[in-house]
Amino acid sequence: MGDILRIIISSEFLWTVLRASTPLVLATLGAHISLKAGVINIGLEGILLTGALSGVVISSFLAGFISSVGVGLVLTFILVLIVGALSGLFIGFFHLKLESDIALTGIVFNLIATGLTVFILFLVTGDKGVSSSLQSLVFPNVEIPLIKSIPFIGDILSGHNILTYLAFLMVFVIWFVLNKTTFGLRIRAVGESPQTVQSVGINVHNMKLAAIGISGALAAIGGMYLSMGYTSFFVAGMSTGRGFIALSANAMGGTTVGGMLVSMLFGFADSLAIFLELNTKIPGEIISMTPFIFVIIALVIFSYNKKRKEVK
Amino acid sequence: MNKRKFEIIRTSLAIGIAFVILLFAILFISEDPVTALHSVFLAPLSSLRNFGNVIELMIPLMFTGLALSLIFSGNNFNLASEGAFLAGGIVVMIVALGSSMPTFVTWIIIFVLAGVIGSIIVGVPGFLKIRTGASELVSSIMLNSIILYVGIYILNRWFRDVDINGIASLAYPKELLFTPIIEGTRIHFGLILAIIAVIGIYLLMYKTKFGYKIRMTGKNGDYAKVVGINVTITALFTQFAGGAIAAIGGAVQALALYTRFVWNITPGFGWDGVIVAILARNNPKYVPLAAFFYAYLKTGANIMARRSDVPAELISIVQGIIILLIVARKLTARLEYRSLLKQLDLQEEKPALKEEVSN
Repeated sequence: MGDILRIIISSEFLWTVLRASTPLVLATLGAHISLKAGVINIGLEGILLTGALSGVVISSFLAGFISSVGVGLVLTFILVLIVGALSGLFIGFFHLKLESDIALTGIVFNLIATGLTVFILFLVTGDKGVSSSLQSLVFPNVEIPLIKSIPFIGDILSGHNILTYLAFLMVFVIWFVLNKTTFGLRIRAVGESPQTVQSVGINVHNMKLAAIGISGALAAIGGMYLSMGYTSFFVAGMSTGRGFIALSANAMGGTTVGGMLVSMLFGFADSLAIFLELNTKIPGEIISMTPFIFVIIALVIFSYNKKRKEVK
Repeated sequence: MNKRKFEIIRTSLAIGIAFVILLFAILFISEDPVTALHSVFLAPLSSLRNFGNVIELMIPLMFTGLALSLIFSGNNFNLASEGAFLAGGIVVMIVALGSSMPTFVTWIIIFVLAGVIGSIIVGVPGFLKIRTGASELVSSIMLNSIILYVGIYILNRWFRDVDINGIASLAYPKELLFTPIIEGTRIHFGLILAIIAVIGIYLLMYKTKFGYKIRMTGKNGDYAKVVGINVTITALFTQFAGGAIAAIGGAVQALALYTRFVWNITPGFGWDGVIVAILARNNPKYVPLAAFFYAYLKTGANIMARRSDVPAELISIVQGIIILLIVARKLTARLEYRSLLKQLDLQEEKPALKEEVSN
């Protein structure tokens, strides 16, 4: 037990926590911004998968005729952002314009994404499981010059994937947009009181669509990280519930920064599971289920407290 | 009723649009579109064996479709039926390999135990939702993953057959397995069980007072509360009963189509059940029809994947599109609006005519 504690506070372990938190932080941001506009984006899970696959496919396709890795990565990034935003808009279109139930739309979108990603993977590679036969690109790890040399802290904060830094930067960006810009104010207003917003002449549907589009783009970056940073290939179903974990992290965190902290807590549980699996004799199945148990317990405790406060 | 007419129009429209997309997708990607199209649409009817596959696939879909119809009727987005179905299989593994009772007694134990465990699995997210407000959607999906690992753990810890390749339990005793009831197919006794379950739940939902309360809760929870329906009880009941049905379906599937426990990924019937329930509009009466339609498409897709170069996953996209369009209320809005106008016109014209006559 003492050994485990010592390793948990080691810089290597805390480094992996940031690594494992990255897709969760991004997806939680996605959950956050669309919920602020009053739309619960249950399709995050599917968008993560879509982003992960399109990153791999697009980057390997571009690598065919663009020799510069940097240019290829930037183009891939932009295109995947567009794919993600379109996925979000697709859900938004069905929910807002065709008045489908948002929960059903999200669930069905996830089912479609699960099938569609395997379908496209098979068309491109002839394999239904992994994309390892594709020569896809990977986002680089970056050392941060000054921070790197600080003992302990430098070991935790430096040397991460560039998308990890982007994820935490996006927390700030989204916080800023939501709280300090007119656009953000409108999004929040749409979520809180659509009638009021409509009455001053702002198009509620368009604001909601914008929010869910951004939500999709953020989740797609998270997906791209899974297949082009966290690992270097796409695996069918590789999002493994992260979209749903993000929904609960956002519900628990409440605010932009709160959501980030909760998603890091879940990232911690993920890393702990990986660590225990490698270093202890506890059966792998028991360890694999702990992050999910952790999410349920956290969700229950949080919801219970919230409910009690509301009653008071 | 007019509303129902438009539901039918919308469903047909959704299926039509989805099939057009399917047609173009196949024409676009396949080198031999004729074989692919023939397989997906007609091959399920081409032989007794293929048609048997449709019916055999329809059985678990009826169980989970029925379970989710019930759960959705109580207005809960609880998706733990996937875990409950899997748990039914786990119960079969434990009881079939762990006990040495007479066959009939073993079956009874399996189904009772599966029912109890299934209702606990689906009931827990429902209960947590009522007591703490925790989203049943998220907790049920997390629970599904937990059940999966519990199953693999039990398999590896106690029942793993080390003499064969792959991850599988020891073989179940032969006399426990369901035998085909129609020769030349694998259609089994589970079909009868599924039909009994459908009839039972239909009668409960549409012919009893309690069923009326359930449907009221689903249609308008606030109204139900105001008129004095105990919505906590209806919500809990639908989830407990749904869980039991899904788990019994899982046990039936494990006894009928498998000789060992091999589920190291979730079988997915819980998710398919969502689609069946939506197709059936949560009405048990339509569950067999919806399950048949779904099973037909899926069997066709599997045959297509075997005979041509189009992967079976294409069909899950088509199914998704069908469901998206069915739940899109606005799809037939203009038609509905026009017909409403027409009705109003007629109603206005009639008194006008009378006035003329009286004058």
